[in-house]
Amino acid sequence: MAPATSRTDAAGLGRGRAVAFALPALVLIGVFLVFPAIWTIYLGLTDYRLTGTAAADPRLVGAGNYATALGDERFRGSVWLTVQFVLGSAIIGQAGLGFALAWIMRDRRGPVRRLVEALVLLSWILPGSVVAFLWIALLDRDGGTLNALLGTPGAAWLLDHPMLSIIVFNTWRGTAFSMMLYSAALENVPPSHLETARLAGASAFQQLRDVVLPRIKGHVLTNVLLTSLWTFNDFTPFLLTAGGPEGRTEILPVYVYNVALRDGQLGFGAAVSLLILLINLVFALAYLRLLRDRGEVSG
Amino acid sequence: MSLVGHVLGRIASAVLLAVVAAFFALPMLWLASAPFDAHPSITVSLPEFTLDNFRAILDNPYALGSVGNSIIQAGGAAALVVVLAALAAYALSRVRVPGRDALLYVLLLLSSVVTGTAAMVPIFELASRLELVDTHLGVVLTVSGGLLPAAIFILKDFMDATPTSYEESARVFGASPLQILRHIVVPVVRPGLATIAVWAVANVWGGFLLQYILLRDPEKSPGSVVLYTLYTEGGQPNLSLISTFSLLYSLPVVLMYLFVSSRYGFRFHGGIKR
Repeated sequence: MAPATSRTDAAGLGRGRAVAFALPALVLIGVFLVFPAIWTIYLGLTDYRLTGTAAADPRLVGAGNYATALGDERFRGSVWLTVQFVLGSAIIGQAGLGFALAWIMRDRRGPVRRLVEALVLLSWILPGSVVAFLWIALLDRDGGTLNALLGTPGAAWLLDHPMLSIIVFNTWRGTAFSMMLYSAALENVPPSHLETARLAGASAFQQLRDVVLPRIKGHVLTNVLLTSLWTFNDFTPFLLTAGGPEGRTEILPVYVYNVALRDGQLGFGAAVSLLILLINLVFALAYLRLLRDRGEVSG
Repeated sequence: MSLVGHVLGRIASAVLLAVVAAFFALPMLWLASAPFDAHPSITVSLPEFTLDNFRAILDNPYALGSVGNSIIQAGGAAALVVVLAALAAYALSRVRVPGRDALLYVLLLLSSVVTGTAAMVPIFELASRLELVDTHLGVVLTVSGGLLPAAIFILKDFMDATPTSYEESARVFGASPLQILRHIVVPVVRPGLATIAVWAVANVWGGFLLQYILLRDPEKSPGSVVLYTLYTEGGQPNLSLISTFSLLYSLPVVLMYLFVSSRYGFRFHGGIKR
């Protein structure tokens, strides 16, 4: 009587109803996500512009946009800036700090933990456009709170250390996700194993490396993948620095915005978008590869 | 020796937590002081207390309406995302479809790229051809399309982690799959659904770029966009209005988070594995 789809099909869904359940979501994703992505690929092959003759009648230019982008100093610089931004804020910042917090607070209960968690989560929950203003107020040259606190009036953080500023900003903004994920992951590590390791004389570092890490490796990979992807494509730094000064924070999403919408080179912008997609894809494939090496990919 | 080490460790972790708390609290101070200040500046200071700024923001023609717009857009998108993602995640969790995981990863990848800046032009063209520009529906559908892959990805993990024995017994008693989903699976994965709902609302509530592109009419703009129109006649940011509106605009999401976290718990139980 049960459709022979799978042993895990506990509710007797069957393939037909499973498709019906998944279909509405897939249709919406198809129309508003996959279709624009394919359109981007097509646009990337044209000289489509926001204004002028190429706006009314775009011509196919083949791989011309890609050749231009790959030869462009500014594009290559932007890739490098994005790598710094992702390494600094997603991997070291969010994942590192998130794990450190989860680890330190793993067997704490009480007000300190609740306060720290609430503050970290609050910075994640606050609306993005509000948050940008908060950081502008914090880092402002003339009356910024940070300068008042450090006694360094006139220090222009956003001008002198723009990349550091947006890295710290994004760490502040996104650590909550990693912290929650690692908190949940650490609950899967049996305390008895840690106890045994401790009694055997393992240092904290050895416990982390030999007992904890093997058990949460999957979480670490998922966490690094998601935060890196989100950070790689994050537009919020634009609200802080607008890519400046002199393009020193022009990470790829800001570069696309400047090229496509500000300068009106829609075709070229679309080509760069596809290149971004490819970079992300390489990253995700490397991640899947790492997962497979653990022999844990199912289905 | 080990006792000293233990004590030192406790002290070090307490100091670290204090520093972290200060780091996360510092940028928020301005939000607590400037709205009540008669002459707000960028600096955090003890305010010359006033509530005039709140009166001024109520007089702004777009401010209140924009909060209504945000509620419609964020609420609509969250409802759509939670319902559709729950259905899809359940189906994908319980029935083995070939290529399922690869599909999810590709969609996840696409969503984080496309909803960034990459596909802004096609999204705008698509919306104008479907006559969705300047409509709430256009914003709801577009942001939902972008949020769904990550929502399905996270929810599927919740569903994978729930035991199937209840579903099996319900099925023996003749419950239909939809009934099983509603009465058995949903209550079990409620923290997951709540987490996704809060995440979706927070995402749309603070979202700027997509809303900025899809809505030309200030009457339809959400608060996150209107915040950037609060300038003085001299063309400077109007700090009293901006800080006040920022505070008002932040309150609903904070309250929602507090409500959800006290009622359902706000966490990844078992974690996002694999």
